[in-house]
Amino acid sequence: MFNRVFAGALALALPFAAVQAPAQAQEKVLKAVMHADVRVIDPIWTTQTIANIHGALIYDTLFGNDADQKPQPQMVGKYEVSPDKLTYTFTLRDGLKFHDGSPVTTKDVIASLKRWGAKDGVGQRLMGFVTKMEPVDDKTFTMVLKAPYGMVLESLGKTSSSIAAIMREKDALTDPQQQVKEAVGSGPYMFAKDQWVPGSKAVYLKNKDYQPRTEPPSSFAGAKVPGVDRIELVWISDPQTAMSALINGEIDFYEAPTNDFLPLLEKARGVKLMKTGKIDSTQGFIRLNHLQPPFDNVKARQAMYYLINQEDFLRAIVGNPKYYKVCPALLTCGGPYESAGGREWMKEYNPKKALQLLKEAGYKGEPITVLSATDHATITPATQVLIQAMREAGINVDAQSMDWGSVVSRRAKKDPPAQGGWNIFVTTSGGVGSANPVLHTWIGAACDKGLFGWPCDAKIEELRNAFGMAQSEEERKKIANELQARAMEQVVYIPFGQWDTPLAYRADRIDGIVPNTGLAVLWGITKK
Amino acid sequence: MTTYIVRRLFATLPVMAVVALFVFFLLRFAPGDPAAIIAGEDATAEAIAAVRAKLGLDRPMVEQFVVWTMQLVRGDMGVSIFSNLPVTRLISQRLEPTVALTLSTLFVAVAMAIPIGVLAAWKARKLVDRLVMGFAVLGFAMPVFVLAYILIYFFAVQWQLLPVQGYQPIKEGLWPFVQSLILPSLALGITYMALIARTTRASMLEVLAQDYMRTANSKGLATNRVLLLHALKNAAVPIVTVIGIGIALLISGVVITETVFNIPGLGRLTVDAVLKRDYPVVQGLILVFAGAKVLVNLIIDISYAFLDPRIRY
Repeated sequence: MFNRVFAGALALALPFAAVQAPAQAQEKVLKAVMHADVRVIDPIWTTQTIANIHGALIYDTLFGNDADQKPQPQMVGKYEVSPDKLTYTFTLRDGLKFHDGSPVTTKDVIASLKRWGAKDGVGQRLMGFVTKMEPVDDKTFTMVLKAPYGMVLESLGKTSSSIAAIMREKDALTDPQQQVKEAVGSGPYMFAKDQWVPGSKAVYLKNKDYQPRTEPPSSFAGAKVPGVDRIELVWISDPQTAMSALINGEIDFYEAPTNDFLPLLEKARGVKLMKTGKIDSTQGFIRLNHLQPPFDNVKARQAMYYLINQEDFLRAIVGNPKYYKVCPALLTCGGPYESAGGREWMKEYNPKKALQLLKEAGYKGEPITVLSATDHATITPATQVLIQAMREAGINVDAQSMDWGSVVSRRAKKDPPAQGGWNIFVTTSGGVGSANPVLHTWIGAACDKGLFGWPCDAKIEELRNAFGMAQSEEERKKIANELQARAMEQVVYIPFGQWDTPLAYRADRIDGIVPNTGLAVLWGITKK
Repeated sequence: MTTYIVRRLFATLPVMAVVALFVFFLLRFAPGDPAAIIAGEDATAEAIAAVRAKLGLDRPMVEQFVVWTMQLVRGDMGVSIFSNLPVTRLISQRLEPTVALTLSTLFVAVAMAIPIGVLAAWKARKLVDRLVMGFAVLGFAMPVFVLAYILIYFFAVQWQLLPVQGYQPIKEGLWPFVQSLILPSLALGITYMALIARTTRASMLEVLAQDYMRTANSKGLATNRVLLLHALKNAAVPIVTVIGIGIALLISGVVITETVFNIPGLGRLTVDAVLKRDYPVVQGLILVFAGAKVLVNLIIDISYAFLDPRIRY
């Protein structure tokens, strides 16, 4: 009663208070809040996921992986592979034009692939097999390999880390260590740089000249039909405000609502939640520093498995079992290469045994430095659970609290922990990328050239290469199993489960949401 | 007066130079590396080092400082490490929302605080006074973000009278502009309202106890005239000082308000830039904030001369 009376009084006091329609009322505008703001316009220069989402709107790719992670032609009209599987001939489809009106030619494509191949980890691996790329004419080019690498098309269509975005030749000639100055692609949307307010809003306008494919859309494959006139990626840093804005109808799409708010969103009128895809969106894991004692000893690394009860981590991070999955594996559970290899390492939760094994490995109670992020929605609680488990086991923990930006900086240091280095940090990886041994860079063990923690094991790298060379799905699965077993034994990292952050959107206002595989697919969304 | 203003303006130069020096080196000594953030999750140490080298962050700190200072002298604040856009453009994009929020908050705070402060002094130790003082304590105690969420819940989510978030520039129309500022100004203004109301009350009580006030009352002047023309004018100097301090405090206050209400102002730009270690943007912002603070102090000092004829420069 009070509410009604008070609301009535306020309505009288504020007669024009109804939220006004935006200036572009005639335009169909999609307002989406993503997991981060667009600050970088070059998806090759950075591997930030948000830069890839931006890139996928404005740039097209030769191939696009479908919902089953199978590469399908996107800019390519037809392609041929020679019988020895060493020469790929690609022909671009008709009607491809950059946003400035210039046609997409093989010169643009080759320059773009070279730049991507110089920067991106998967691209570098592919280019390691490429001996030459040559244009046949403006629409056809060849890629010649020195060995029959089996991941060519998957690499060109991947969505994890940097997508193989096709830029204008003049942009693609930019040093890969520097950001391109203009974001001009040939994709379904054009970047409105003049309306860009970094940290607040990025605007994309429908590319009216875009010629979509005719196949039905499936994740990054098939027709990319721009569904609205304008997409605004609005950045709302406060999750509670973003949730309220969605409930209030001020935004249409919220890519990554915080797990705490899911029960509220489930009940909100007009709002729907959607699982992001066939594969869980995130895998969480603990990385040990293989260069510094005690974890330079494989026995000490293996001891850490006995401290992990994945349910503890997942309950702290996600809460609702509907959205998480216990998965004592490195290759994503539910993915095409889900494997049983090495899972026995994580069968037992036994802190006493962990300490005993650590002692056997030479640990004498020295402080173990854990980089503890204080400002991350999932990594912060996971790190707290780990620290608690270590302390309960009797391990001397030196928890170094800092913001995530500082963790990212410090984890790159190879020095001993006392001199600014580290022993342990916690992080996450995309579920789609982690499902494939070649795309999943964290499973690698390339020593100094690998990712932070620097695992070093020739056998693992050999198996990853073998996976890339495998010519049949059966062979790949066999290698994936063997690779996971070896990586678990060497403890390249310790998984603590996987979870899904569902997309939230206004079902009464928008349609055409596609479950994504690795990156949010925004171009097909239509406004009711 | 003119000589004084010119002298004060020149005196800001060394202040700004010291601020520039401190902010530059403090940022460089703070942990964190923009190259690691740019390179992203899947970047190797080699890739991070390559980005760092291209950004010039591997050069000696003194060399970096000299380069930045030379740019500043030319009026160039540099470009954002992330967006590659000029810092001046980023700041100018964000200036209007922050200025609008600061002024609307001050307007709300001053327009409500001074009358209730005067009222509390006039009715000292009575129920009205206690209510005003109770409100002031509550205003101080209530964190801005708590009040902000309460306002959002009722006015935006439950009753849908005002938007949850966002900012509408004045060019989009006066009402949308005002509408987007009502809740943020209220949330942020309560604290300042409390501060100004308490100061007004204390200052007024002191003035009301003076002999000349007794004379004014004995002459049979109307209460309104006594309170507003005689007492308030004489109590104005401490009030103006507190309003000035309030403007300085607002600079830190808007950070939270801008975040909760998603207003793309300088406060949010600062937080984002600090978290991302976007050095040129943080440096530029601190200089702008320092300059604004110096200017506000100067304006307050000048205003003393108008409020109190005994003060001369």
